[in-house]
Amino acid sequence: MRSLLLALVPLLTLASVPVHAAVEIFACEPEWAALADEIGGDKVSTFSATTAFQDAHFIQARPSLLARVRRADLVFCTGANLEIGWLPVLLRQAANAAVAPGSNGFLDASQSVRLLDVPTSADRAEGDIHPNGNPHFQLDPRNLPHIAATLTERLQRLDSGNAAYYDERLAAFNARWTKALANWSTKAENLAGMQVIVHHSAWVYLEDWLGIREVGQMEPKPGLPPTASHLAGLLDVVQTSDVKAFLRASYQNPKAASWLMDRTDIPDIVIPHTVGATDEASDLYAWFDDIINRLLEVNR
Amino acid sequence: MRARKFVAILACSGLSLWSAQVAVAQQDDSASAAELRAELEQLKLDYEQRLARLEARLAAMESAPAAPAPATGGSALSDKAFNPAISLILDGKYGHFSNAEGLRDLPGFQLGGESGSFNNGLILGESELNLQANVDDKFFAAATIAFESDGDESGAAVEEAYLQTLALPDGFAIKAGRFYSGIGYLNGIHSHGTGFADDPLPYRAFFNGRLADTGIQASWTAPTLLYAQFGVEALSGNSFPAAGAANSGVGTRTAFAKFGGDFNVSNSWLASLSYVDSNVSQRSSGGTAEESGIDPLFGGDSSSWIASLVWKWAPYGNPRDRNFRFTAEYLDRQEDGVLDLDGVTGTYSGDQSGYYLEGVYRFHPQWSAGLRYDTLDADNRVFGLGTPTVLDDNRETPKRLSAMVDFWNSEFSILRLQYNHDDSSLNRDRQWVLQYIMSMGAHGGHSF
Ligand SMILES: [Zn+2]
Repeated sequence: MRSLLLALVPLLTLASVPVHAAVEIFACEPEWAALADEIGGDKVSTFSATTAFQDAHFIQARPSLLARVRRADLVFCTGANLEIGWLPVLLRQAANAAVAPGSNGFLDASQSVRLLDVPTSADRAEGDIHPNGNPHFQLDPRNLPHIAATLTERLQRLDSGNAAYYDERLAAFNARWTKALANWSTKAENLAGMQVIVHHSAWVYLEDWLGIREVGQMEPKPGLPPTASHLAGLLDVVQTSDVKAFLRASYQNPKAASWLMDRTDIPDIVIPHTVGATDEASDLYAWFDDIINRLLEVNR
Repeated sequence: MRARKFVAILACSGLSLWSAQVAVAQQDDSASAAELRAELEQLKLDYEQRLARLEARLAAMESAPAAPAPATGGSALSDKAFNPAISLILDGKYGHFSNAEGLRDLPGFQLGGESGSFNNGLILGESELNLQANVDDKFFAAATIAFESDGDESGAAVEEAYLQTLALPDGFAIKAGRFYSGIGYLNGIHSHGTGFADDPLPYRAFFNGRLADTGIQASWTAPTLLYAQFGVEALSGNSFPAAGAANSGVGTRTAFAKFGGDFNVSNSWLASLSYVDSNVSQRSSGGTAEESGIDPLFGGDSSSWIASLVWKWAPYGNPRDRNFRFTAEYLDRQEDGVLDLDGVTGTYSGDQSGYYLEGVYRFHPQWSAGLRYDTLDADNRVFGLGTPTVLDDNRETPKRLSAMVDFWNSEFSILRLQYNHDDSSLNRDRQWVLQYIMSMGAHGGHSF
């Protein structure tokens, strides 16, 4: 016993905390990592817990993520229960008081936006995963300036020495984003009224922004895998409406969409749900450019 | 709305400040005109830039949706604001065993009370009620009450009731109360969270299922990219294997080190090394051996090592549709001390080991299948008792092969069928087990 404790001593001393200049940001999803880079510039170093090919509802609380949360100065996540299956475990086990919920080091983006699809009651028979409202709000670009403002304020509290720098970056982002928003709106004018069937209810904010009409979902209930009988029902929906495309995210299984595609003439398209989900969506701006381009392509 | 007003006020005060500065500058005749002009130009430039930024901010806000309302009850972390997260887990089993009435002792091992596994028929397994919450910004607390019914007897027991610190600096954390020890891999996982309907033989033999005891744990997580956690525990020793040792209230001491990381985006690992040291006094078997009268009382020292390895594969890091989990743990125990069988005393020196290998493959979002091999080996020396006891290993090596398949209607309801080819006791057994696990209430999230 004693020898074991003695063996631990060099390990304990070896790992003396390194002084890192940059604010270390643990972003739960790639879009928040991209936004953090946009505002933080070279004063921050960002890490994304999920890739664009992972389903952020269902990843595992891996040891590598624990190690990252342990080092983080700021944990920046979607919230609204999107990460409920793994983030609370990470926060509790990583022993990092600086990023505890309620502290300056924990930023829940859902607190800065208005959530859609907030249910009046929570019943797991209605599917499991959106009990507090739909958490996929990153897909309305009008939400990003609000979140960017909150992020800036947090960065300024954590790193007050660079407060002016963050202000400048925020102003530059807002100026460029405002122009981009205007461009996207003009470009996407014809998308209003377009009808789509989606895999998971991940697109309500995009639909709300562009006026797209969702006439069906491949998941029978949010979070439950598509079933044959439910998909057959969607074929009837296709008959009675003018569906232009089946939408899914890069991490979603293409099987259900292929099944539908084989029985209709309607294309199945991957819409980037975050930065990096397609080759074209290389940064925040290119991401929404690509979303609109892909929708325009099928909306003929 | 408030933000917009704030920006407007800021812009106005900026403007008035600027004009005030200009006015002051114009009145000052004594200063050099050129200097003043330069200063003025600089000021102008500064404020123009500032104004431009504010305008951009204002424009961005105007194009965004009206004042964002905070999410109604929306929080990343709690299922219900402020209330403890409550979950109820029903774990039921139906067993059909070829050796229905036979003894299930493991030759060479003195077992704890709960490890006698189960019998033919339908039984309520360890159904449990779990409550947990952040007490405040400094403490997290959790309690698990297990409900068990075994034949005519049924009752509730406190499985866990502990607090954990949230705000200690530099990666330190303290846990206190009754909890599952941090040793090994399986030891931290409640029985309903494992891949099989029963515990592997080494955990059954060495820790009566799990090492759970009252005490205190201190741990430290390193600020390294390689996950590294170190912990020590001082436990009362009221639980197996110490069995009520009176060692100034600290009958069991443990230490553990855990490391983990990713090989790549699809493959992750966790490895640990743990040590358990117990002072044992008056330990008897809780198993069927008690009735057969060949169960001596053991007093002395018991120390165990555990080496654990977990490897998980999930394509691109998405475990939902397909994943594979491989677990291997090797346990080694040394016991030395004195035996007492109805007043006759003897000496006992035990060298025991065991391991299990387990693979579970999720091949469909709703189906998975698994295979497990577990075995034990005891090399015990008993002198002076003159009669055979449960500690006689008889040169037997208990072993078992298990296969299971389970169906997940959702992650909250699981049905499992398991077959054990069980040669762990002297009476070979062929066991079929049907299990259900129903989880209601809060979704706790799972450790790796
Ligand atoms: Zn969702």
